[in-house]
Amino acid sequence: MSTLDRSNQKNSATQPSSGRFWNDPDKRALFFQVLLVLGLAAFFLYIINNTLSNLEQRGITTGFAFLDVEAGFGILQSLIPYTETDSYGRTFLVGLLNTVLVSLMGIVAATFLGFFLGVGRLSKNWLIAKICTVYIEIFRNIPLLLQIFFWYFAVLRTLPSPRQSIEFLGSFINVRGIYMPEPIGTDGFNYVWIAFFLGIVATWLLKRWADKRQDDTGQDFPTLYAGLGLIIGLPFVVFLIMGMPLEIEQPALKGFNFVGGMVLIPELMALWLALTIYTAAFIAEIVRGGILSVPNGQLEAASALGLPRARTLRFIILPQALRVIIPPLTSQYLNLTKNSSLATAIGYPDLVSVFAGTTLNQTGQAIEVIFMTMAVYLTLSILTSIFMNWYNSRKALIER
Amino acid sequence: MKYDLEPTLPAPPSTTGVLGWLKRNLFSNATNSIATLIIGYFLVTLLGPALQWTFIDSDWFGDSPAACTSGGACWAFITYRMDQFMYGFYPDTEYWRINTTFLIFAVAIVWLVVDKTPYKGYVSVFVLFIYPIIAFYLLYGGSFGLEVVETHKWGGLSLTLVLAVIGIVAAMPFGILLALGRRSNMPIVKSFSVIYIEFWRGIPLITVLFMASVMLPLFVPEEITFDKLLRALIGIILFQSAYMAEVIRGGLQAIPKGQYEAADALGLGYWKSMSLIILPQALKLMIPGIVNTFIALFKDTSLVLIIGLFDILAIVQAANSDSAWLGFSTEGYIFVAFVFWVFCFGMSRYSQNLEKRLQTGHNTR
Repeated sequence: MSTLDRSNQKNSATQPSSGRFWNDPDKRALFFQVLLVLGLAAFFLYIINNTLSNLEQRGITTGFAFLDVEAGFGILQSLIPYTETDSYGRTFLVGLLNTVLVSLMGIVAATFLGFFLGVGRLSKNWLIAKICTVYIEIFRNIPLLLQIFFWYFAVLRTLPSPRQSIEFLGSFINVRGIYMPEPIGTDGFNYVWIAFFLGIVATWLLKRWADKRQDDTGQDFPTLYAGLGLIIGLPFVVFLIMGMPLEIEQPALKGFNFVGGMVLIPELMALWLALTIYTAAFIAEIVRGGILSVPNGQLEAASALGLPRARTLRFIILPQALRVIIPPLTSQYLNLTKNSSLATAIGYPDLVSVFAGTTLNQTGQAIEVIFMTMAVYLTLSILTSIFMNWYNSRKALIER
Repeated sequence: MKYDLEPTLPAPPSTTGVLGWLKRNLFSNATNSIATLIIGYFLVTLLGPALQWTFIDSDWFGDSPAACTSGGACWAFITYRMDQFMYGFYPDTEYWRINTTFLIFAVAIVWLVVDKTPYKGYVSVFVLFIYPIIAFYLLYGGSFGLEVVETHKWGGLSLTLVLAVIGIVAAMPFGILLALGRRSNMPIVKSFSVIYIEFWRGIPLITVLFMASVMLPLFVPEEITFDKLLRALIGIILFQSAYMAEVIRGGLQAIPKGQYEAADALGLGYWKSMSLIILPQALKLMIPGIVNTFIALFKDTSLVLIIGLFDILAIVQAANSDSAWLGFSTEGYIFVAFVFWVFCFGMSRYSQNLEKRLQTGHNTR
C-alpha cells in the first residue's frame, strides 16, 4: 500500500487536477515510470553495445552453436555415458545431473540429521539437549566452504593409498574414494522393480481407503505395516520367485587402483558430508521452532481426549508443526542446492565446475554459459516458490 | 484452642541438589539412563584425546615445523604466520593503517550498540558518510602522505572484514529503494523490483562472483578496467541488496497501517512520510534481520577465494600447501573456523538479545 496511491485516489476523487501536471500524482507516477523505463533501456543498450564490440574485438562469435562442438576434456564422474569426444552440450547435462545427485543426497541426509537434532534439542535428557545445541551453534557459524575444505583436504585426502586401503564391511576406503560391492540385476530383475512400484501404488490406494473408512466408521487400520509389507514384501517375494536374479560385483585391486564395484569419489563424499552437516544445523532450528509453535493447550487437549503419546505426536503435533516447518524447510533445500555449487572449489564436477568452469574457459562463451547456468538455478527457485505457494494455500489455517 | 501446623518436611534428598538434578535431567527413566551412559562414554573417549591434542600436547611458538615436537597440535604454524593471516600481503610498516581503520570502526560500533550512549545520531552519520572516506584513504592511501597500497596486496582477516562491511553498508540504500519499490503501486516500478529481487535471490553467490569477474569487463568500454576487489564488491553488493530488500520489506510490513494513514492525514508526501514516519520505526525492527543477513554475508565472503582474492580462508589454504609446513592443514582450518565462529556466534547472540528486547509484549512464551 503506498501512500502515493492513496493520496492519488483522494485527489482525483475530490478535486480535478489543478493544471500543473507535476502536482497530479497520477501523472507524476507515469513520469517516474517512463523515466525508469528509459533509464533501464539506456543502461541495457549501453551494456549490450559494449559487450558486442568487446566480443568482436576478442574474436568471439555469439550464439549457442558452441554446444555442438567436441568438448575434448574428461569429467571425473558422470551419471550418463560421457567421453572426451562428446559435445559441450553434453557437458552441461553431465554437470546438471551431478548437481542433482549431490543435492538429492544432501537433502535426504540433512533432513534426517536435522530432524534428529531438532527433536534432540528439545529432549528432557540434559546431555542430549546440550550436545544438539553445541552441534547447531558450532556448525551453522562456520562457513560452508571451510567445512568442505576440511573434509576434503584434512580428512579424505590424508587417507591411505589404494594398496593400503582400509577394508570395512567388504568396502575399500582409500584416497581415491570408497569402493563398494555393486549389486547388478540380471535377467528378470525388472519384475522386482515392477513389483516395487505396484507396491507403492497399492499402498497409496490402501491409505485412501483406510482414511475414508476411519472418517466414516472410526475404525483404525494398520496402514503403516500393511504398506511396508506391500512395498518391501511384494518385491521380495517376486525376487525369490524369479530365482534371485542378482549378482554382486566385488571391487578388486588391479595395478594401482581398484576396478569394479561402485565408487564414491572423495570430492562427492566431502561435498555431501559438508552440505549435510551444515544444512542439518539450520533444519534442526526450523524443526525445533515448528514443534515449539504448537500451543501447549493442544497437547493438554490431546491427553484430555485420552490419546496415547504416539498418536498425539502423529495426529496433533506433526500436522500442526509441519505447517510451520515445510515452507522454511523448502527454502533450506533450495539453499542446499545453490550451495552445492561450491563443488567447484574442490573439483567435484557439478554444473558450475564443469560448465561455468571448464567449458567457459575453453570456449570463452561467457555470456551464453553464465546465462544457461543461471537459468538452471532460477528455474529451480521458481519451481520451489510455486510449490511453496501451493502448499501454503493448501495448508493455511481455515478459520471460522 | 490453638492448632499448630506441623513444620513442613524437607523435600526428599533425591529431588534436590546435585543428585536431584542428575535424576531429573540425566536418569529420569531406563531409556534415558542408557542414552546418558552411552553418550557419556563416547564424550569422554573423544573429548579427552581432543583436548590433549589441542592444549596439552601442543606447541605454540616456533619458526619451523621442527619446533613441533610434542606430538599434538602445531599451533606454531598459525602463530608464525599470524601477521599474514590478519593483514595479507600488506607491507608490514603500514599495519598501523589497518589497525586504526578497524579500531575507529570498532569504537563507533560499540558506541552504537551499547545502551544509553549520547549522540547516537551523529555517530551513525559519521559511520555511514564520513568513515568510508577516512577508511578508503587509510587503507588504500594515495593522499595525505600515505603511500598507495594496491588492493592485490590486501588479504587475510582484514580483507574479509572489508568485503563484509562494505557489502552490507553499500547494499543498504539499494535495499531500501528496492523494498519501497516492491511495495509501490506503480506497476513498472513494482515489477522491476520483484524481478530484480527474485533474480538475485535465485542464483548462488558463486555464479554472481563468476559473472562479476568474467562478464563485468565485457559490459564496459575497453578503456575502463576494474580492479579485482572492486569486481567482487560489485557482485556482492548487487547480490546482497536483494536480500537486504527482503529484510527491509519485512520491517515495513510490520508497521501498522495507522501510521501510514496518520502520515497521510498530516499531509506529508510520499518521501517525507517514508523518511520521517515509516523508515525510522521500521529500521529499528529490522536490526535483528540485518544482523542475520550480515552473518550470512560474512560467512559467504569466503567464496571470493574462487575468483582469486586472498581472504582469511584463501590465505590459510595457500599456507597449507607451503612445502616447508606440510601436514598442518587441520590446525589451519581449525584456526579459521574459530575466527569465523567467534564473529558469527557473537553477532547472532547480539541479534537474539535484541529480538528479545524489541519484543515488548504479547508473545510471552
